[in-house]
Amino acid sequence: MPVIEFENVAYSYGGGELLSDISVKLAPGSFHFLTGPSGSGKTTLMKLCYGALLPTAGHVTLFGRDARSLDRDDIAMTRRRIGVVHQDCQFLNHMSVAENIGLPLTVSGRHAETGGDDLTELLAWVGLANRADALPPELSGGERQRAALARAVIMSPDVVLADEPTGNVDWEMSQRLLRLLIELNKMGKTVLIATHDLGLIRATKAHVQARVLRIANRRIQLAGADL
Amino acid sequence: MNMFQFAIAALWTGDRQADRVVPPSGFTAQLTLFAAGTMAFLAVFALAFSLASGRLATIWGQELARTATIRVVAPIDQRAAQTEAALRILETTKGVASARALTDAEQQALLTPWFGAELAIDALPVPRLIEIVEDNEGLDPEGLRLRLAAEVPGAVLDNHSRWRAPLVQAASRLKLLGWISTILITATLAAMVTLAANAALSANAQVIAVLRLVGATDSYIAQAFIRRFTFRALSGAATGTVLGVLAMLLLPSSDDVGGFLTGLGFEGRDWLAPVLIPFLAGAVAFAATGAAAKRTLKELA
Repeated sequence: MPVIEFENVAYSYGGGELLSDISVKLAPGSFHFLTGPSGSGKTTLMKLCYGALLPTAGHVTLFGRDARSLDRDDIAMTRRRIGVVHQDCQFLNHMSVAENIGLPLTVSGRHAETGGDDLTELLAWVGLANRADALPPELSGGERQRAALARAVIMSPDVVLADEPTGNVDWEMSQRLLRLLIELNKMGKTVLIATHDLGLIRATKAHVQARVLRIANRRIQLAGADL
Repeated sequence: MNMFQFAIAALWTGDRQADRVVPPSGFTAQLTLFAAGTMAFLAVFALAFSLASGRLATIWGQELARTATIRVVAPIDQRAAQTEAALRILETTKGVASARALTDAEQQALLTPWFGAELAIDALPVPRLIEIVEDNEGLDPEGLRLRLAAEVPGAVLDNHSRWRAPLVQAASRLKLLGWISTILITATLAAMVTLAANAALSANAQVIAVLRLVGATDSYIAQAFIRRFTFRALSGAATGTVLGVLAMLLLPSSDDVGGFLTGLGFEGRDWLAPVLIPFLAGAVAFAATGAAAKRTLKELA
Protein backbone atom coordinates (compact mmCIF):
# COMPACT_ATOMS: atom_id res chain seq x y z
CA MET A 1 0.00 0.00 0.00
CA PRO A 2 1.46 3.40 -0.93
CA VAL A 3 2.00 5.71 2.04
CA ILE A 4 0.76 8.71 0.08
CA GLU A 5 -1.43 8.44 -2.98
CA PHE A 6 -2.85 11.14 -5.26
CA GLU A 7 -5.76 10.21 -7.47
CA ASN A 8 -6.76 12.72 -10.16
CA VAL A 9 -6.02 15.49 -7.70
CA ALA A 10 -6.64 19.10 -8.61
CA TYR A 11 -6.05 22.14 -6.50
CA SER A 12 -7.19 25.64 -7.28
CA TYR A 13 -6.78 28.85 -5.39
CA GLY A 14 -9.48 31.48 -5.89
CA GLY A 15 -8.22 32.42 -9.37
CA GLY A 16 -7.53 29.31 -11.36
CA GLU A 17 -6.27 25.77 -11.18
CA LEU A 18 -2.71 25.43 -9.94
CA LEU A 19 -2.56 21.66 -10.14
CA SER A 20 -4.80 19.40 -12.17
CA ASP A 21 -5.29 15.73 -12.76
CA ILE A 22 -2.37 14.59 -10.65
CA SER A 23 -2.00 10.91 -9.90
CA VAL A 24 1.04 9.80 -7.95
CA LYS A 25 1.86 6.97 -5.59
CA LEU A 26 4.67 7.13 -3.07
CA ALA A 27 5.61 3.59 -2.13
CA PRO A 28 7.13 2.92 1.28
CA GLY A 29 10.90 3.39 1.20
CA SER A 30 10.89 5.25 -2.11
CA PHE A 31 12.93 8.37 -2.81
CA HIS A 32 11.31 11.07 -4.93
CA PHE A 33 12.29 14.50 -6.10
CA LEU A 34 9.65 17.03 -6.96
CA THR A 35 10.83 19.69 -9.32
CA GLY A 36 9.48 22.44 -11.49
CA PRO A 37 9.77 26.17 -11.96
CA SER A 38 9.05 28.57 -9.13
CA GLY A 39 5.34 29.01 -8.58
CA SER A 40 4.51 25.75 -10.33
CA GLY A 41 2.86 24.37 -7.20
CA LYS A 42 5.62 22.35 -5.51
CA THR A 43 4.84 23.72 -2.05
CA THR A 44 1.11 23.28 -2.62
CA LEU A 45 1.65 19.66 -3.55
CA MET A 46 3.77 19.16 -0.42
CA LYS A 47 1.02 20.68 1.70
CA LEU A 48 -1.49 18.28 0.18
CA CYS A 49 0.83 15.48 1.33
CA TYR A 50 0.54 16.34 5.02
CA GLY A 51 -3.04 17.52 5.20
CA ALA A 52 -2.35 21.25 5.45
CA LEU A 53 -4.45 21.62 2.29
CA LEU A 54 -7.25 19.49 0.94
CA PRO A 55 -7.61 18.87 -2.81
CA THR A 56 -10.36 20.76 -4.59
CA ALA A 57 -10.95 17.69 -6.76
CA GLY A 58 -9.82 14.07 -6.66
CA HIS A 59 -8.53 12.17 -3.66
CA VAL A 60 -5.42 12.32 -1.51
CA THR A 61 -4.92 9.18 0.53
CA LEU A 62 -2.57 9.31 3.53
CA PHE A 63 -1.65 5.93 5.02
CA GLY A 64 -4.73 4.41 3.43
CA ARG A 65 -7.20 7.06 4.61
CA ASP A 66 -8.81 9.76 2.50
CA ALA A 67 -7.45 13.11 3.67
CA ARG A 68 -10.98 14.56 3.56
CA SER A 69 -12.20 12.05 6.11
CA LEU A 70 -9.56 13.05 8.67
CA ASP A 71 -10.60 15.33 11.51
CA ARG A 72 -8.15 17.71 13.14
CA ASP A 73 -6.96 15.14 15.67
CA ASP A 74 -6.47 12.56 12.91
CA ILE A 75 -4.36 15.08 11.02
CA ALA A 76 -2.27 15.68 14.16
CA MET A 77 -1.74 11.91 14.44
CA THR A 78 -0.85 11.69 10.74
CA ARG A 79 1.76 14.41 11.15
CA ARG A 80 3.48 12.34 13.81
CA ARG A 81 4.18 9.87 10.99
CA ILE A 82 5.24 12.54 8.48
CA GLY A 83 8.28 14.68 9.20
CA VAL A 84 8.17 18.00 7.40
CA VAL A 85 11.09 20.32 6.65
CA HIS A 86 9.88 23.69 5.41
CA GLN A 87 11.77 25.91 3.07
CA ASP A 88 11.43 28.64 5.67
CA CYS A 89 11.64 26.62 8.85
CA GLN A 90 9.91 27.98 11.91
CA PHE A 91 10.79 27.18 15.49
CA LEU A 92 9.61 28.21 18.93
CA ASN A 93 12.03 31.05 19.44
CA HIS A 94 11.84 31.06 23.22
CA MET A 95 12.98 27.45 23.54
CA SER A 96 16.46 26.04 22.97
CA VAL A 97 17.45 24.17 19.81
CA ALA A 98 17.44 20.88 21.73
CA GLU A 99 13.93 21.54 23.06
CA ASN A 100 12.74 22.50 19.58
CA ILE A 101 14.12 19.31 18.08
CA GLY A 102 12.43 17.34 20.85
CA LEU A 103 9.14 19.21 20.39
CA PRO A 104 7.37 16.42 18.44
CA LEU A 105 8.09 14.08 21.38
CA THR A 106 6.87 16.69 23.85
CA VAL A 107 3.57 17.35 22.10
CA SER A 108 2.88 13.65 21.63
CA GLY A 109 3.53 13.01 25.33
CA ARG A 110 6.48 10.73 24.55
CA HIS A 111 9.18 12.93 26.00
CA ALA A 112 9.54 10.97 29.21
CA GLU A 113 9.76 7.50 27.68
CA THR A 114 12.30 8.28 24.96
CA GLY A 115 14.48 10.35 27.23
CA GLY A 116 17.47 12.43 26.22
CA ASP A 117 19.72 9.78 24.63
CA ASP A 118 18.02 9.81 21.22
CA LEU A 119 18.07 13.57 21.22
CA THR A 120 21.80 13.79 21.96
CA GLU A 121 22.52 11.22 19.26
CA LEU A 122 20.36 13.07 16.77
CA LEU A 123 21.98 16.41 17.58
CA ALA A 124 25.38 14.88 16.89
CA TRP A 125 24.08 13.30 13.68
CA VAL A 126 23.02 16.67 12.28
CA GLY A 127 26.17 18.31 13.67
CA LEU A 128 24.42 20.57 16.18
CA ALA A 129 25.71 19.01 19.40
CA ASN A 130 27.49 22.21 20.40
CA ARG A 131 24.47 24.36 19.52
CA ALA A 132 21.97 22.44 21.67
CA ASP A 133 21.42 25.27 24.12
CA ALA A 134 21.32 28.06 21.55
CA LEU A 135 18.05 29.76 20.70
CA PRO A 136 16.76 29.33 17.12
CA PRO A 137 17.26 33.00 16.14
CA GLU A 138 20.98 32.56 16.87
CA LEU A 139 21.36 29.82 14.24
CA SER A 140 22.71 30.28 10.73
CA GLY A 141 20.61 29.31 7.70
CA GLY A 142 22.31 25.93 7.38
CA GLU A 143 21.98 25.21 11.09
CA ARG A 144 18.27 26.01 10.94
CA GLN A 145 17.79 23.60 8.05
CA ARG A 146 19.61 20.86 9.94
CA ALA A 147 17.67 21.55 13.13
CA ALA A 148 14.44 21.36 11.12
CA LEU A 149 15.53 18.06 9.64
CA ALA A 150 16.37 16.69 13.08
CA ARG A 151 12.96 17.81 14.35
CA ALA A 152 11.30 16.19 11.33
CA VAL A 153 12.87 12.79 12.00
CA ILE A 154 12.96 12.56 15.80
CA MET A 155 9.64 10.69 15.89
CA SER A 156 11.10 8.19 13.43
CA PRO A 157 8.36 9.00 10.92
CA ASP A 158 7.45 6.84 7.95
CA VAL A 159 7.73 9.74 5.54
CA VAL A 160 10.05 12.76 5.35
CA LEU A 161 8.90 15.70 3.24
CA ALA A 162 11.48 18.40 2.59
CA ASP A 163 10.56 21.58 0.75
CA GLU A 164 13.68 23.22 -0.73
CA PRO A 165 15.76 21.96 2.19
CA THR A 166 18.89 23.37 0.58
CA GLY A 167 17.37 26.70 -0.32
CA ASN A 168 19.35 28.85 2.07
CA VAL A 169 22.61 26.95 2.28
CA ASP A 170 25.84 26.67 0.30
CA TRP A 171 26.73 23.71 -1.88
CA GLU A 172 28.74 21.92 0.77
CA MET A 173 25.98 22.21 3.32
CA SER A 174 23.37 21.09 0.82
CA GLN A 175 25.47 17.98 0.14
CA ARG A 176 25.57 17.30 3.85
CA LEU A 177 21.81 17.67 4.26
CA LEU A 178 21.28 15.45 1.27
CA ARG A 179 23.48 12.76 2.77
CA LEU A 180 21.32 12.87 5.88
CA LEU A 181 18.20 12.40 3.78
CA ILE A 182 19.79 9.55 1.80
CA GLU A 183 20.76 7.91 5.08
CA LEU A 184 17.18 8.21 6.30
CA ASN A 185 15.95 6.65 3.06
CA LYS A 186 18.33 3.74 3.56
CA MET A 187 16.76 3.29 6.98
CA GLY A 188 13.48 2.70 5.17
CA LYS A 189 11.87 6.12 5.26
CA THR A 190 9.92 7.39 2.29
CA VAL A 191 11.54 10.65 1.18
CA LEU A 192 10.09 13.40 -0.98
CA ILE A 193 12.24 16.45 -1.67
CA ALA A 194 10.92 19.48 -3.50
CA THR A 195 13.74 21.37 -5.19
CA HIS A 196 14.50 23.27 -8.34
CA ASP A 197 18.20 22.52 -7.98
CA LEU A 198 18.97 20.00 -10.75
CA GLY A 199 22.56 19.70 -9.60
CA LEU A 200 21.33 18.38 -6.30
CA ILE A 201 19.19 15.79 -8.04
CA ARG A 202 22.12 14.61 -10.16
CA ALA A 203 24.35 14.37 -7.10
CA THR A 204 21.76 12.27 -5.34
CA LYS A 205 21.20 9.85 -8.17
CA ALA A 206 24.74 8.59 -7.74
CA HIS A 207 23.86 7.33 -4.26
CA VAL A 208 20.26 6.26 -4.32
CA GLN A 209 17.60 5.26 -6.80
CA ALA A 210 15.57 8.42 -6.93
CA ARG A 211 12.61 9.16 -9.16
CA VAL A 212 11.96 12.67 -10.35
CA LEU A 213 8.46 14.11 -10.57
CA ARG A 214 8.32 17.29 -12.58
CA ILE A 215 5.42 19.71 -12.47
CA ALA A 216 4.79 21.30 -15.84
CA ASN A 217 1.59 22.87 -17.07
CA ARG A 218 -0.17 22.04 -13.81
CA ARG A 219 0.49 18.33 -14.28
CA ILE A 220 3.03 15.85 -13.05
CA GLN A 221 5.41 14.27 -15.50
CA LEU A 222 7.76 11.49 -14.61
CA ALA A 223 11.13 12.74 -15.76
CA GLY A 224 13.34 10.17 -17.46
CA ALA A 225 16.87 9.18 -16.76
CA ASP A 226 18.14 12.08 -18.81
CA LEU A 227 18.81 14.19 -15.77
CA MET B 1 -11.72 11.87 25.50
CA ASN B 2 -13.13 15.21 24.54
CA MET B 3 -11.26 18.49 24.76
CA PHE B 4 -12.88 19.52 28.03
CA GLN B 5 -12.03 16.33 29.91
CA PHE B 6 -8.54 16.35 28.49
CA ALA B 7 -8.02 19.92 29.59
CA ILE B 8 -9.30 19.20 33.11
CA ALA B 9 -7.01 16.21 33.43
CA ALA B 10 -4.03 18.09 32.08
CA LEU B 11 -4.78 21.06 34.29
CA TRP B 12 -4.45 18.98 37.40
CA THR B 13 -1.63 16.70 36.36
CA GLY B 14 0.21 19.90 35.46
CA ASP B 15 2.27 19.28 32.33
CA ARG B 16 5.02 21.82 32.87
CA GLN B 17 6.50 21.05 29.48
CA ALA B 18 3.21 21.86 27.76
CA ASP B 19 3.13 25.12 29.63
CA ARG B 20 6.48 26.07 28.19
CA VAL B 21 5.54 25.72 24.53
CA VAL B 22 3.69 29.03 24.65
CA PRO B 23 6.09 31.93 25.14
CA PRO B 24 5.66 33.85 28.38
CA SER B 25 3.81 37.14 27.90
CA GLY B 26 4.55 39.84 30.44
CA PHE B 27 2.15 42.69 29.97
CA THR B 28 -1.08 40.91 28.99
CA ALA B 29 -0.50 38.55 31.90
CA GLN B 30 -0.47 41.52 34.26
CA LEU B 31 -3.68 42.85 32.71
CA THR B 32 -5.48 39.55 33.21
CA LEU B 33 -4.30 39.42 36.80
CA PHE B 34 -5.45 42.98 37.35
CA ALA B 35 -8.87 42.42 35.75
CA ALA B 36 -9.46 39.26 37.76
CA GLY B 37 -8.37 41.04 40.94
CA THR B 38 -10.66 44.01 40.36
CA MET B 39 -13.62 41.85 39.50
CA ALA B 40 -13.08 39.72 42.61
CA PHE B 41 -12.83 42.85 44.76
CA LEU B 42 -16.16 44.10 43.36
CA ALA B 43 -17.68 40.66 43.68
CA VAL B 44 -16.89 40.62 47.41
CA PHE B 45 -19.01 43.75 47.85
CA ALA B 46 -21.80 42.66 45.55
CA LEU B 47 -22.05 39.38 47.45
CA ALA B 48 -21.89 41.09 50.83
CA PHE B 49 -24.58 43.51 49.71
CA SER B 50 -26.75 40.70 48.47
CA LEU B 51 -26.33 38.54 51.57
CA ALA B 52 -26.87 41.50 53.90
CA SER B 53 -30.07 42.46 52.08
CA GLY B 54 -31.21 38.89 52.35
CA ARG B 55 -30.58 38.94 56.08
CA LEU B 56 -32.40 42.26 56.38
CA ALA B 57 -35.43 40.87 54.59
CA THR B 58 -35.45 37.87 56.90
CA ILE B 59 -35.00 39.92 60.06
CA TRP B 60 -37.71 42.40 59.14
CA GLY B 61 -40.03 39.64 58.07
CA GLN B 62 -39.47 37.60 61.23
CA GLU B 63 -39.32 40.28 63.90
CA LEU B 64 -42.48 41.97 62.73
CA ALA B 65 -44.25 38.73 62.05
CA ARG B 66 -43.73 37.71 65.67
CA THR B 67 -45.94 40.46 67.03
CA ALA B 68 -49.44 41.77 66.39
CA THR B 69 -51.69 44.36 67.99
CA ILE B 70 -55.40 44.52 68.78
CA ARG B 71 -57.07 47.89 69.16
CA VAL B 72 -60.19 47.84 71.22
CA VAL B 73 -62.32 50.78 70.12
CA ALA B 74 -65.38 51.04 72.33
CA PRO B 75 -67.24 53.54 74.47
CA ILE B 76 -65.37 54.13 77.71
CA ASP B 77 -67.81 52.14 79.85
CA GLN B 78 -67.56 49.04 77.65
CA ARG B 79 -63.85 49.27 76.97
CA ALA B 80 -62.67 47.24 79.97
CA ALA B 81 -65.24 44.52 79.38
CA GLN B 82 -64.39 44.23 75.68
CA THR B 83 -60.66 44.15 76.48
CA GLU B 84 -61.30 41.30 78.92
CA ALA B 85 -63.31 39.47 76.30
CA ALA B 86 -60.59 39.92 73.69
CA LEU B 87 -57.91 38.65 76.09
CA ARG B 88 -60.04 35.58 76.86
CA ILE B 89 -60.33 34.84 73.17
CA LEU B 90 -56.58 35.22 72.77
CA GLU B 91 -55.95 32.75 75.60
CA THR B 92 -57.64 30.06 73.57
CA THR B 93 -56.22 31.09 70.21
CA LYS B 94 -53.60 28.86 68.64
CA GLY B 95 -50.28 30.54 67.89
CA VAL B 96 -50.46 33.12 70.64
CA ALA B 97 -47.53 32.88 73.05
CA SER B 98 -48.68 35.72 75.26
CA ALA B 99 -51.08 38.64 75.16
CA ARG B 100 -51.51 41.55 77.47
CA ALA B 101 -53.30 44.86 77.52
CA LEU B 102 -51.09 47.92 77.71
CA THR B 103 -51.49 49.84 80.96
CA ASP B 104 -52.62 53.46 81.04
CA ALA B 105 -49.08 54.53 81.81
CA GLU B 106 -47.73 52.69 78.76
CA GLN B 107 -50.41 54.14 76.50
CA GLN B 108 -49.68 57.58 77.85
CA ALA B 109 -45.98 57.06 77.06
CA LEU B 110 -46.88 56.07 73.50
CA LEU B 111 -49.03 59.17 73.01
CA THR B 112 -46.75 61.69 74.71
CA PRO B 113 -44.83 62.56 71.56
CA TRP B 114 -48.09 63.69 69.96
CA PHE B 115 -50.17 65.11 72.78
CA GLY B 116 -47.64 66.19 75.41
CA ALA B 117 -47.18 64.84 78.93
CA GLU B 118 -50.06 66.77 80.55
CA LEU B 119 -52.82 64.97 78.74
CA ALA B 120 -55.26 63.15 80.98
CA ILE B 121 -55.71 60.01 78.97
CA ASP B 122 -58.74 58.86 80.94
CA ALA B 123 -60.72 61.78 79.61
CA LEU B 124 -60.35 60.62 76.02
CA PRO B 125 -61.85 57.63 74.26
CA VAL B 126 -58.40 56.26 73.44
CA PRO B 127 -58.62 52.71 72.23
CA ARG B 128 -57.03 50.11 74.46
CA LEU B 129 -54.07 48.30 72.87
CA ILE B 130 -53.40 44.62 73.35
CA GLU B 131 -49.93 43.42 72.45
CA ILE B 132 -49.74 39.87 71.14
CA VAL B 133 -46.52 37.89 70.95
CA GLU B 134 -46.82 34.91 68.64
CA ASP B 135 -45.22 31.57 69.19
CA ASN B 136 -43.20 29.80 66.50
CA GLU B 137 -46.24 28.49 64.68
CA GLY B 138 -47.68 31.96 64.21
CA LEU B 139 -51.37 32.76 64.42
CA ASP B 140 -54.01 32.72 61.76
CA PRO B 141 -55.04 36.39 61.44
CA GLU B 142 -58.22 35.71 59.44
CA GLY B 143 -59.54 33.17 61.94
CA LEU B 144 -58.80 35.49 64.83
CA ARG B 145 -60.53 38.40 63.06
CA LEU B 146 -63.69 36.35 62.59
CA ARG B 147 -63.79 35.32 66.25
CA LEU B 148 -63.16 38.88 67.39
CA ALA B 149 -65.86 40.22 65.07
CA ALA B 150 -68.38 37.82 66.58
CA GLU B 151 -67.59 38.42 70.24
CA VAL B 152 -65.76 41.75 70.54
CA PRO B 153 -67.20 44.08 67.89
CA GLY B 154 -64.81 46.91 68.85
CA ALA B 155 -61.60 44.92 68.38
CA VAL B 156 -59.41 45.47 65.34
CA LEU B 157 -56.49 43.17 64.67
CA ASP B 158 -53.40 44.61 63.10
CA ASN B 159 -50.79 41.97 62.34
CA HIS B 160 -48.37 44.49 60.81
CA SER B 161 -48.38 42.75 57.46
CA ARG B 162 -49.66 45.84 55.68
CA TRP B 163 -46.56 47.93 56.32
CA ARG B 164 -44.19 45.01 56.66
CA ALA B 165 -44.73 43.75 53.12
CA PRO B 166 -43.20 46.72 51.27
CA LEU B 167 -40.16 46.70 53.59
CA VAL B 168 -39.55 43.04 53.03
CA GLN B 169 -40.12 43.50 49.32
CA ALA B 170 -37.62 46.36 49.21
CA ALA B 171 -35.00 44.24 50.97
CA SER B 172 -35.68 41.36 48.59
CA ARG B 173 -35.23 43.67 45.62
CA LEU B 174 -31.91 44.84 47.02
CA LYS B 175 -30.87 41.24 47.40
CA LEU B 176 -31.83 40.54 43.78
CA LEU B 177 -29.85 43.59 42.69
CA GLY B 178 -26.81 42.23 44.52
CA TRP B 179 -27.10 38.90 42.77
CA ILE B 180 -27.54 40.55 39.38
CA SER B 181 -24.38 42.58 40.06
CA THR B 182 -22.52 39.39 40.92
CA ILE B 183 -23.68 37.76 37.69
CA LEU B 184 -22.68 40.83 35.65
CA ILE B 185 -19.26 40.87 37.31
CA THR B 186 -18.80 37.19 36.44
CA ALA B 187 -19.88 37.82 32.84
CA THR B 188 -17.51 40.78 32.58
CA LEU B 189 -14.64 38.66 33.83
CA ALA B 190 -15.52 36.04 31.21
CA ALA B 191 -15.54 38.74 28.52
CA MET B 192 -12.17 40.13 29.65
CA VAL B 193 -10.54 36.70 29.75
CA THR B 194 -11.98 35.90 26.32
CA LEU B 195 -10.48 39.10 24.90
CA ALA B 196 -7.13 38.42 26.54
CA ALA B 197 -7.14 34.79 25.39
CA ASN B 198 -8.05 35.80 21.83
CA ALA B 199 -5.23 38.32 21.83
CA ALA B 200 -2.80 35.71 23.15
CA LEU B 201 -3.95 33.17 20.56
CA SER B 202 -3.53 35.63 17.67
CA ALA B 203 -0.18 36.82 18.98
CA ASN B 204 0.98 33.23 19.04
CA ALA B 205 -0.35 32.19 15.63
CA GLN B 206 3.17 31.22 14.52
CA VAL B 207 3.76 29.15 17.64
CA ILE B 208 0.47 27.36 17.03
CA ALA B 209 1.43 26.71 13.39
CA VAL B 210 4.72 25.14 14.49
CA LEU B 211 2.95 23.01 17.08
CA ARG B 212 0.38 21.80 14.54
CA LEU B 213 3.17 21.00 12.07
CA VAL B 214 4.94 18.72 14.54
CA GLY B 215 1.73 16.87 15.37
CA ALA B 216 0.24 18.65 18.39
CA THR B 217 -3.51 18.15 18.81
CA ASP B 218 -5.81 21.12 19.31
CA SER B 219 -6.48 20.09 22.89
CA TYR B 220 -2.76 20.01 23.67
CA ILE B 221 -2.36 23.56 22.34
CA ALA B 222 -5.54 24.78 24.01
CA GLN B 223 -4.44 23.32 27.31
CA ALA B 224 -1.27 25.42 27.37
CA PHE B 225 -3.38 28.57 27.07
CA ILE B 226 -6.17 27.37 29.38
CA ARG B 227 -3.75 26.51 32.14
CA ARG B 228 -2.10 29.86 31.95
CA PHE B 229 -5.29 31.93 32.00
CA THR B 230 -6.95 29.80 34.65
CA PHE B 231 -4.06 30.28 37.05
CA ARG B 232 -3.85 33.97 36.27
CA ALA B 233 -7.55 34.46 37.00
CA LEU B 234 -7.31 32.28 40.09
CA SER B 235 -4.37 34.13 41.60
CA GLY B 236 -5.63 37.58 40.57
CA ALA B 237 -9.05 36.86 42.04
CA ALA B 238 -7.53 35.47 45.24
CA THR B 239 -5.64 38.73 45.75
CA GLY B 240 -8.72 40.82 44.95
CA THR B 241 -10.85 38.77 47.31
CA VAL B 242 -8.41 39.12 50.19
CA LEU B 243 -8.27 42.89 49.66
CA GLY B 244 -12.06 43.09 49.39
CA VAL B 245 -12.57 41.15 52.61
CA LEU B 246 -9.98 43.29 54.42
CA ALA B 247 -11.76 46.43 53.24
CA MET B 248 -15.04 45.00 54.49
CA LEU B 249 -13.59 44.22 57.90
CA LEU B 250 -12.63 47.88 58.18
CA LEU B 251 -16.30 48.94 57.81
CA PRO B 252 -18.02 50.03 61.06
CA SER B 253 -19.65 47.13 62.86
CA SER B 254 -23.43 46.80 62.89
CA ASP B 255 -23.65 46.46 66.67
CA ASP B 256 -23.80 50.22 67.15
CA VAL B 257 -26.94 50.44 65.05
CA GLY B 258 -28.87 47.72 66.79
CA GLY B 259 -30.45 44.45 65.84
CA PHE B 260 -33.10 45.86 63.54
CA LEU B 261 -30.46 46.68 60.89
CA THR B 262 -27.61 44.49 59.77
CA GLY B 263 -24.00 45.24 58.94
CA LEU B 264 -22.69 45.02 55.39
CA GLY B 265 -20.62 41.93 55.86
CA PHE B 266 -20.54 38.18 56.04
CA GLU B 267 -21.90 36.21 58.96
CA GLY B 268 -21.50 32.53 59.67
CA ARG B 269 -21.92 30.41 56.58
CA ASP B 270 -21.81 33.54 54.39
CA TRP B 271 -18.02 33.37 54.63
CA LEU B 272 -18.15 30.52 52.15
CA ALA B 273 -19.13 33.03 49.44
CA PRO B 274 -15.90 35.06 49.31
CA VAL B 275 -13.84 31.87 49.59
CA LEU B 276 -15.56 30.61 46.45
CA ILE B 277 -14.84 33.76 44.41
CA PRO B 278 -11.29 32.83 43.27
CA PHE B 279 -12.43 29.36 42.26
CA LEU B 280 -15.39 30.76 40.38
CA ALA B 281 -13.00 33.18 38.60
CA GLY B 282 -10.72 30.26 37.76
CA ALA B 283 -13.63 28.25 36.42
CA VAL B 284 -14.85 31.20 34.35
CA ALA B 285 -11.35 31.73 32.89
CA PHE B 286 -11.06 28.01 32.21
CA ALA B 287 -14.32 27.94 30.25
CA ALA B 288 -13.73 31.25 28.46
CA THR B 289 -10.19 30.34 27.35
CA GLY B 290 -11.31 26.88 26.32
CA ALA B 291 -14.08 28.31 24.14
CA ALA B 292 -11.78 30.96 22.64
CA ALA B 293 -9.06 28.41 21.88
CA LYS B 294 -11.52 25.98 20.33
CA ARG B 295 -12.88 28.71 18.06
CA THR B 296 -9.47 30.07 17.03
CA LEU B 297 -7.77 26.71 16.46
CA LYS B 298 -10.55 25.51 14.18
CA GLU B 299 -9.76 28.35 11.80
CA LEU B 300 -6.05 27.49 11.55
CA ALA B 301 -4.69 24.89 9.13
